[in-house]
Amino acid sequence: MADVSASDGTALRSVGAFLGRHGIVVAFGLFMIGFALTNERFIDMDNILGVIRSSTILGVMALGVTFVVISGNLDLSVGSMMSFSTIVVLDLHERIGPELAIPLMFAMTMSLGALIGFLVGYLRLNSLIVTLGMLSAIHGLTLTYSGGQNMDIADQQATWFSVFGQGRVLGIPVPILMFVLLAVVLATLLAKTPFGRKVYAVGGNDVAATFSGIPRARVVFMTYIISSFCVATAGLIQASRSMGSQNTVGQGMELEVLAAVILGGASLMGGAGTVFKTVIGVLILGFIQNGLLLLGLEFYVQYVVTWIIIILAVWLDIAVKRGRLWSPIA
Amino acid sequence: MTDTTPALRLENIVKTFPGVRALDGVSFAVLPGEVHALLGENGAGKSTLMKVLGGVHQPDSGTIYIEEEPVVMTNPLEAKSKGVVFIHQELSLAEELSVAENVYLGELPRKRFGRVDWKRLHADTAAILDRLNCGFGPGAIVGELSIAKRQMVEIARALTVDAKAVIFDEPTASLTDAEKEVLFDIIRDLREQGVGIVYISHRMEEIFRISDRISVLRDGSHRGTLITAETGEDEVTRLMIGRSLDLSRNVARTAPGEVAFEVRGLSCEGLFEDVSFELRAGEVLGFYGLVGAGRTEIAETLFGLRTPRSGEIHLKGRAVTLHSPVDAIRHGISLVPESRKEQGLVLGMNCRDNITLPQVDDLTAGPFVSDGAEIAIFDQYRDRLDIKTPSWRQQVGNLSGGNQQKIVIGKWLAMRPDVLIVDEPTRGIDVGSKAEIHNLIRELAAHGYAVIVISSEMPEVLHVADRIVAMYHGRIMRTFTSDEVTEDSLVQAISGLGQDSAA
Ligand SMILES: Nc1ncnc2c1ncn2[C@@H]1O[C@H](COP(=O)(O)OP(=O)(O)OP(=O)(O)O)[C@@H](O)[C@H]1O
Ligand SMILES: [Mg+2]
Repeated sequence: MADVSASDGTALRSVGAFLGRHGIVVAFGLFMIGFALTNERFIDMDNILGVIRSSTILGVMALGVTFVVISGNLDLSVGSMMSFSTIVVLDLHERIGPELAIPLMFAMTMSLGALIGFLVGYLRLNSLIVTLGMLSAIHGLTLTYSGGQNMDIADQQATWFSVFGQGRVLGIPVPILMFVLLAVVLATLLAKTPFGRKVYAVGGNDVAATFSGIPRARVVFMTYIISSFCVATAGLIQASRSMGSQNTVGQGMELEVLAAVILGGASLMGGAGTVFKTVIGVLILGFIQNGLLLLGLEFYVQYVVTWIIIILAVWLDIAVKRGRLWSPIA
Repeated sequence: MTDTTPALRLENIVKTFPGVRALDGVSFAVLPGEVHALLGENGAGKSTLMKVLGGVHQPDSGTIYIEEEPVVMTNPLEAKSKGVVFIHQELSLAEELSVAENVYLGELPRKRFGRVDWKRLHADTAAILDRLNCGFGPGAIVGELSIAKRQMVEIARALTVDAKAVIFDEPTASLTDAEKEVLFDIIRDLREQGVGIVYISHRMEEIFRISDRISVLRDGSHRGTLITAETGEDEVTRLMIGRSLDLSRNVARTAPGEVAFEVRGLSCEGLFEDVSFELRAGEVLGFYGLVGAGRTEIAETLFGLRTPRSGEIHLKGRAVTLHSPVDAIRHGISLVPESRKEQGLVLGMNCRDNITLPQVDDLTAGPFVSDGAEIAIFDQYRDRLDIKTPSWRQQVGNLSGGNQQKIVIGKWLAMRPDVLIVDEPTRGIDVGSKAEIHNLIRELAAHGYAVIVISSEMPEVLHVADRIVAMYHGRIMRTFTSDEVTEDSLVQAISGLGQDSAA
């Protein structure tokens, strides 16, 4: 009797060890096959490209939030920050033209990131409180800036601004290229440089990191700078794709972004996750939403399903770590 | 003794982790009313064996018997309900809760409608605390207690059930001598009551004092069980490491050089007062005192973690201000901190990355961290300190306690500091490696490093230090040279006796 249940645990664990390392990729594969079997339009090349393209804005933001989450913090302000940068870049475009509008918008967005980084990093305030507050503060800022008006580019023929959202290079949509490029750069930064190592250390154990001479505050500050840079990029793509925008274009995206990052296996406790896995998380989320639409379900069902999938992902993660599906202790 | 039924018996336990065969068919039995010591080098499998017994790990194969009944332990609560109680190497208490709540965690006494019966909770806890002679009440908040007292809380927890067997995994690692005596009384008490006790420790003198039998593990297999009264340290050591240990081997002491480090009148509110000493290159300075004498706080101040109220720190004749560990490291100061889990290691990171963490900025090829340089450093210190791990990729959290400690030491040795401060460096380290670390400290001194060794183990400071600073209540009572020091005078100095002659 003893042996039977013992070997059960081992079997689950060795499957678990494999899933632990590649689980998200396996889940993604199974998921794609499942949808492909039930609906042939799903594997249509146009459909796939479409999904990827519509995931890029979410994806670009998720890349930055990956750094924040690995360092052990949260960023719930990215949705409203993205609205801000979209509105700002559109407005500045009309006033001073795209050449100046874009860098100025990046500077403004990143100073918001610097403010958050200062509060969470140097003043050690709780990131949930700070970024939740920033979510509504930035929304207010955006409305003040725009006076509540939608922003539009009046003469869309006279500008090259649309290239970021609608252009193609060698047949590949520019937003996808920007996403891939940013992902490669940030993946390298996180996996290969001393800075990346410090992000993991601070998220894994900030006391030990401090005892190792790592400037915790500066590292946390930098993660928010990276996050706001990504948000500014997302805002640029968004503005350029639609050449006009409402004040609320990014509303609610903070949770989707966080979902993608967690789905990719980053731990909310900090210290774990990779850029590559976040990209997979983004794609899974994108394809799930697409699959549900193709199944003919209403658009808003996706909110519920997304939530269920996140819960499953988190639960599976814990179950694999302790080698059994359920346990009375943590 | 042979005809009694074992309280606990393990038969042919095999347990593997990825890349490690931690237990390779171990059998082991504890009789009721005996203290059975479990010995072995760091990573030999002691904790793993006990975790299998306590339901923390499931064995790959093998059987556990309680009073000759085969049982399956799927989790610690179940093990506890079957009378097997486990006092862990690393404490596991809820720091925000009271002592009483911790003692009965998960099984608080209830009144109707599920309300907690606070009266009974406190009364029951008080009864247990009385038995332990603890000096704190059921209402005390655990987070505010010293490490030793927290350990008492862990033990109190064990006494809530009708235990058949109690497992102590390195219980004395952070206890003072007086507290140790209390613990031994408790253990004897339990033994009288017919409880079987497993006692894991690296301290030979304790094992010979307290145990009835000794089992030795080596590389995951059982090497023999000896009757304590009929054996000696040498035989045990040979079983454990496969050779005798020559403790007399001593690296030649070199004449100290220039003053490398000088502290003048350092004070920090409520922690220590007017601390002055100097340290020469090539010298090992021991700091000895009771837990709470302010030694760790001084070390933390010298590493830039605390801001002193007054006083000066001079490095090679120049006054320096240390605002943070970054400053301290830049000035060539390293600190091996007291608590490996909280301060020393990022448990979720691999072994190599932990060792290279403080110098990762310098191990680069272009903008990237150089794999080769990192692995070279890891290999060097793995060999030097005999760190047991399947590869550098292993998460530090999966190493045995002693091997984790070696990673922390390796991490700071790798910085090649001018001034190395080590706080309880050999806590949880086996006898062989302990001697190796002592030799290493002497060798560093011979190479011109200045070393400060903080330790609560008198043999350690006596063995390794050139001069010994005795501390009491945040003040330096006296500084001894290794020629003039005696155990008696040291004990006197650290208990505040003979204060008048101290000046
Ligand atoms: N969760 C785990 N995952 C992987 N390997 C592990 C795990 N736990 C223990 N090990 C390995 O099993 C071996 C035995 O470890 P164990 O903790 O039992 O040693 P120990 O005898 O208690 O040593 P110490 O005296 O240092 O505490 C070690 O090589 C360790 O690295
Ligand atoms: Mg152990």
